[in-house]
Parts: sequence; C-alpha cells; structure tokens
Amino acid sequence: MTVSAETGTVLKAEAKQLSFFYGTAQALKNISLGIPDRCATALIGPSGCGKTTYLRCLNRMHDLYPGNRYEGELWLYPEQINLVSPHVDPIEIRMRIGMVFQKPNPFPKTIYENVAYGLRIRGSHGREDLDQAVERALRDAALWSEVKDRLQDQAFNLSGGQQQRLCIARALATGPEILLFDEPTSALDPTATARIEELVTALKQKVTIVIVTHNMQQAARVSDYTAFMYEGRLVECDRTERIFTNPSTKLTEEYVTGRFG
Amino acid sequence: MNADIAKTHVFKQTGEASVSPILAPRLKEKAIELLLLAAALMSVAITAGIVGVLVYESAAFFRQVPLWDFVTDPQWTPLFSEPHYGILSLVSGTLVTTVVALLVAIPAGSLIAIYLSEYAPRSIREAIKPALELLSAVPTVVYGYFALLFVTPALQAILPDLPGFNMLSAGLVIGLMIVPYVSSVSEDAMRAVPVSLREGAYALGATRMQTALRVVFPSALSGIAAAYVLGVSRAIGETMVVVIAAGMQPTLTWNPLEPAATMTAYIVQVSLGDLPHGSIGYRTIFATGLTLLLMTLLFNIAGHVLRKRYRQVY
Amino acid sequence: MSYGNVTDKSIDSSGRTAARKRMDRLFAVLGLLSLFSALMALAVLLGQLAFDGADRLSWQFMLSYPSRFADQAGILTAWIGTALVMLLTALTAVPLGVGAALYLEEYARRNLVTDIIEINIANLAGVPSIVYGLMALGLLVYGCRLGQSFLTAGLTLAMLILPIVIIATREAVRAVPPQIREAAYALGATKWQTVKDHAIPYSMGGILTGMILALSRAVGETAPLITVGALSFIAFLPHPPWGPDFPFLSLQWIFDPFTVMPIQMFNWVSRPQEAFHVNAAAAGLVLLIMTLAMNALAIAVRARYRKRIHW
Repeated sequence: MTVSAETGTVLKAEAKQLSFFYGTAQALKNISLGIPDRCATALIGPSGCGKTTYLRCLNRMHDLYPGNRYEGELWLYPEQINLVSPHVDPIEIRMRIGMVFQKPNPFPKTIYENVAYGLRIRGSHGREDLDQAVERALRDAALWSEVKDRLQDQAFNLSGGQQQRLCIARALATGPEILLFDEPTSALDPTATARIEELVTALKQKVTIVIVTHNMQQAARVSDYTAFMYEGRLVECDRTERIFTNPSTKLTEEYVTGRFG
Repeated sequence: MNADIAKTHVFKQTGEASVSPILAPRLKEKAIELLLLAAALMSVAITAGIVGVLVYESAAFFRQVPLWDFVTDPQWTPLFSEPHYGILSLVSGTLVTTVVALLVAIPAGSLIAIYLSEYAPRSIREAIKPALELLSAVPTVVYGYFALLFVTPALQAILPDLPGFNMLSAGLVIGLMIVPYVSSVSEDAMRAVPVSLREGAYALGATRMQTALRVVFPSALSGIAAAYVLGVSRAIGETMVVVIAAGMQPTLTWNPLEPAATMTAYIVQVSLGDLPHGSIGYRTIFATGLTLLLMTLLFNIAGHVLRKRYRQVY
Repeated sequence: MSYGNVTDKSIDSSGRTAARKRMDRLFAVLGLLSLFSALMALAVLLGQLAFDGADRLSWQFMLSYPSRFADQAGILTAWIGTALVMLLTALTAVPLGVGAALYLEEYARRNLVTDIIEINIANLAGVPSIVYGLMALGLLVYGCRLGQSFLTAGLTLAMLILPIVIIATREAVRAVPPQIREAAYALGATKWQTVKDHAIPYSMGGILTGMILALSRAVGETAPLITVGALSFIAFLPHPPWGPDFPFLSLQWIFDPFTVMPIQMFNWVSRPQEAFHVNAAAAGLVLLIMTLAMNALAIAVRARYRKRIHW
C-alpha cells in the first residue's frame, strides 16, 4: 500500500516529476502529485494551466496524436505500473481508467449499445451478462429510472444532462479503477450540473475520481482534495477545505478568491 | 522510493500480466494497418502503371520515329504505305474543340456561379444545383449522339455549308457538358469568400454586381482558376463526343467548321480496328496518349501556379 | 453645409444609382439566362432522345441480341454486360477505395509517403479516362494476359473511379467528430475497433453515396473500354456464374469477351443508316435511365442517412 507522505492517505496514482510536451512546447513541468484512493480530487487553475493535460496523461489520451512526449513517472497503485512508460500499452490503461468528456459525446447508437460498448470490446457477448451490467451502470449513473423503458431509443434523443449521465454510465459499465472527468458540466444547465455533482459525490465511495473544473464552487462541493495548477506547474495540493480557507501560497489564495483566472 | 527498483518491478508485473495477451491483438492491428496502407499505395501503383506503359511503348515508338518529325510533320497518316507521324494534326483538333468548349463553358459557368452565389435565394440554389449536376451525369456517348444528330443539323440550318462532321458542334456540346464543373467549383470558391468582405463593399454603396465583380470574384480567383483548369482538362480529354461528331480524319486545321480528329479520337479509331500488338501503328496510340497526358499535366501545373499566386488568406 | 446642398447631391447621385441598379439587374438576368440555356439544352437533349427512341423501347428490344437488321436488334448482351462489369468494378474499387481513404484519414502520419499518396490521388482524378484505357491495354490485356475480357473491363473502370471513391469516403469519414473517436479510445478500444465500430458505420451514408455516384460515372464510360477492346457485336451471353459442381459457382464468365451499354449505343450511332440511329436513341434512353436512377438513389441514400445522424 502506498501512502502519501504529506496527507497520510492511501494513494491510487502518483505523478513523480512528470513533464509533458506537445511537440516542443512543454505543457507540464515536473508535476509531483498523488491521487488518493476512493476520493475525489479536483484539479483547478486558469485555462492553459495544464490541468486537462495532466488528466489526459492518466489514460494516455495524448498517445492518439503524433509528436507528444511524456517525461518522468506516473504510477498506478497498488501494482506500481508506470502509466507513461513506453512499454505499457495505452489500451490496457484505458481499459482500467475511464473518462468523461467536457461535452457529452454519446455514440449515435441506442442507449443500450452506448453502455454495452465497453463490455463488447472486452469480449463479453452474453445477453444476460450484458443486460445486467447495463442496468447496473445505468443505476449507478442515476439514469436507470428515466431510460429503463426506452433502452433501444437513440442516445441523441436524450437531453444534454441525460447524455452526460449516459456517458458516465458508459464509463462505469466496465468497472474502472479511476474515473476522469474533464469539466463534465461546462456544457450543462444548473439543474443538470447539480445532478452530475450529486453523482460524483456518490460515486467516490466506489471509484477514485479526478475532476478538472474551472468552477471553484464545484471543486469545493464535490472534492476531498484539490490541486491548484498554474502555467504547467503544480502550485499546491491539499485537502479541499484547506485550499479554500487557508492555502499556503499567495497565488492559490488569489486564484480561489477570484482575483484572477 | 528508488525509481530504478520501481521500474524493474513494473516490468515483471506487466511482463506477466499484460504483454503476452496483447501481443495477438497488436499483430492483428498492425496487419490491418498494413492492409489499408497497401490499398492506399494501389493508387500510386496505378500512376506508375500509367506512366510506365505510356513511356515504355512511346520509347519503342520514338526509336522508329524521330521526335523532330513527330512535332513538326504537318501530316498524321501512320497507316498509309508512306506513313507520316506529325502529331500537330491531332493536337490542332484537340485545341480547336477545347477552345470552342471553353468559349461556351467559361462565360456561362462563371455567370451561373455568380448568379447562384450572389443573387439566387437559398431555395432556388438548392433546387437548381442538382439539376445542373445532371448535366455532368449524362453519359458522354449520349452527348455525342446529341451533337451529331441534333446540334449539327441545327447549325446547318444557319450555316448550310457545314459538313456533317465538324469541330464546332462537338466543341459546343463539350462546352455544355463542362458547364457544371466550372460553375460548381467556382461557386464553392465564391461562397467561401467571407461575408465581412461583401458587407464592406455594400457599406460603401456598391451594388451586388459591383460587389460580385470587384470584391468576390477577385478574392475567389484562386478557386475559380481551379475550376477553369478542371474544365480545360475535361475538354482536352473528352473522347466520345469528338469521335462521334467531329470526324476521324486527322487534319491540320484551325477552322472549327471543318471536320478533324483529336488525339482522343485517333486512339479510339485505332482501337476499333485490329492492329497487331507491338506494331508501329499500335505504338502510335501510346505516343498520342503520352502527348495527351503531358498536355493535361501542363494545364494542371499552370492551374496550380495560378492558384498559388492568387491564393487569398482570410 | 446647408440642407439644400445635400438634397441636390442626393438627387444627382440617384440618377447614377438608377443606372447602376439597371446594370445590376442586367447582370442577374445574364446569369439567369445562362442557367436557363444550360437547363434548356439538357431538356432538349432528353426530349430529343425520348422523341427518337421511346417508340423503339420494348421487351423485345431489351431481350434481343444485336443483329444486322436494325428492327430485330436488341440490347440483351449490352445490359447484362454492363451489370456484370459494374459488379466487378464495385467489388474492386470499393474495398480498395474505402481502405485507402481509411488509411489516409485514420492511420496516416504526416510524412513523405502520405504526401506522395495524397498528391497522387489528386492528380489521378484529372487524368483523361482514355489514358486509363491505354494503361489497361498495355498492362492488363497484354501484360497480364487477361485479354479483352469482363475482368479487364471491370478492373479498368475500377482504377478509373478509384480516386472518386477515395475522395468521397475521406470526406464522409472526416465528418465523424473527433470527440466520438476519443470516446471509443477512452473505453479501451483499439484503433481498428474505433474505425470499424464508429468511423465506418457513422459515415456509411456518405460512403454509399460516393460509391453509387462513382459507379454511375463508370456506367457511362465508353472510351477506355473501346481502348481495351470491347466488342460491339456480341451475339451470345457469357458463361453463367453458376456451375454444376460444388461450390456451384463458376468464374469462367470473367474471361469472356464483353460489351456494355454505351459501346452498343456508340456502335449504332456511328452507322450511317437512320434505323440504327433509332436503336441508338433507345439504348441511350435506357443508359440514361440507369445513370439517372443511380443519381436519384444516391440522393435518397444521402437524405436518409442525414436524417438519422446529425452531429
């Protein structure tokens, strides 16, 4: 079990001196940041600070585009796998770490097929297993009661908030160890946002959550830990209430009090 | 924690847990990528095939016929007992029909493009465009029929001396055929001109015509040049209309009222006959084909240069 | 400045404005006139063909072999030939074209090979069709000893429409938003899974439309097939595509000599006798109906898929 030196919590992932480059432009500079197990960690900071870049390192999304390069280490615990090692298969990583995107991006398929897709590519085809897994994922994403009678409907017919919860269900169906949220509510109205936030709070019992947000109230509401990033560097990381009430750096204080960003 | 120790540790882990099961799907992925790459390379192979065949057969041809004769001899009579191999007789036919076609297609195509892009309401544009596209969907052999049995008799009513086969009628019909190519590519180019540029002109009190001619048309010139080049290469390469309506007699003439064979018509004429493979007569069509390809290439390069020169960055 | 002065000026310029407006309207009229002439010419062409050929259309015409006697001749071998050549063309050009397009859109990295392929496809699209015929004559008929067969014809037209299929497929695949691909990758999909489960199905409408339009172009192609040696007088059918023994399929027909609709029409139109011109018109009518039907089908397919998926 790997325990954070600073906070004394059990860690699920940990960046050590992690740097990242888009071509020659360095987007992350020596980030060392632990992600506590079964907690929600929020990444905050002004746009361009590298929070989404860090998030996308965790499931190697950067590998999809040419010219990107990782340096340093990003450990997944408890097995101690260096996620950014070139010897580690990014597809294996994505099998274990799910992601929810900024804008809802359901596939233009039925609701059922959206949730079942992750299981299908993992080779499960048994009708009963799939039915059960789809129902469980939709219940976990608090969507089951709204869609149980129309699982064969097109996902595009759902509202924006429902689509985003469908995307959460799609990611949950495969039982990920970490779920990454990239500003999941930025395209949603306040009511839909509130439901997603409730969901995140409920889900962190089961799965480690990392959420990027530009909304500081949201970070304060849903997360246990908050990391503040600025210009590609990690400024500070601590329990959320400390970051918002008693941050240790001037920069963090100015950002959380809304003086810039 | 010591990083080196950690790394070796991971290697053991992943080595047992994941590398061997992912090897099989990895191979499949790689095989599929190679298969798709092979499909993409087929297009390069086709080009290589075209150039290879034309150059190979033409090289054999030019071993027997001096290049100088080929470009200067005024007669093209490869099948006569005293053969002449002057490509100019065929090039003249191609150029005359092409020029006639462009005299129809460029003004008509440009006016239609300006009308559709600057004047026509959306609903009309949406209705007209598919109808115009139909013009390019009609098989060329049908256009040939139309040129020979409708346009020529109609022209003979005005010009009683016009022979039954003539380049004018073939050129006019080719022009009609390439109008949609010219108009649709030019229209796309003009519609890509930002509204802000037009608004600038309107704000100065320009009419739609002035805006179209002095602002939109020049800004879209690079795309319009591409449209014209497309039209030219279509006209040069057009075969069936000239075969059917312009006659098969190679003649060095610049008069569209006369019959004359084009390069394409000559190739068809020889193909319809039964020349033995490998004979000099057989090789003439490849030398003609190579000349045709070089001419299209020349126009395409010219178009490319024009496009580069007039490219506007918004 | 006094008020009156301004009024004077505006009166003065309104005369010029009127002239400019007239010019403006004249220009619109010229545009409309060109449009109208082009469409009228199309209408006259269709009308002429129908007028000349409609009476000749009959089951007898569709089901007869060519003949020395115009009134007994038919297009049986021609339309069967066209159908079989199109089958071979589609079977070759579609997998190759879609494969190439998928490679360029989904797999290719920016490098020299990719650049060469891209430039090459753009240039191939501008090569005159008869040049493809010459290439096929040298490479397929004599080089590969395929002779003047259905296979040669199918492959020739496949090469001819390959750039059209590639360009249309690329456009269709490009319309699938990258967020959809990212969603699939984030679930652990491999590249090929992402392509086959998402990129292809969601762009199917565009791929099918491009394929049908490319084939409708191939249906009317005449010159390259004359070059590879289509026979215009074929009074027998190709070998049947079935056989007496397992697996009950026979490929012998692909080596039979062929003719197609446009070649039959060309043969008739180039004869001096009036009666054969009537046959040509009737064949042209059938050919035109085939191409127009394919175009209509393409429009219908596009509309259907557009309704189903909107990003």
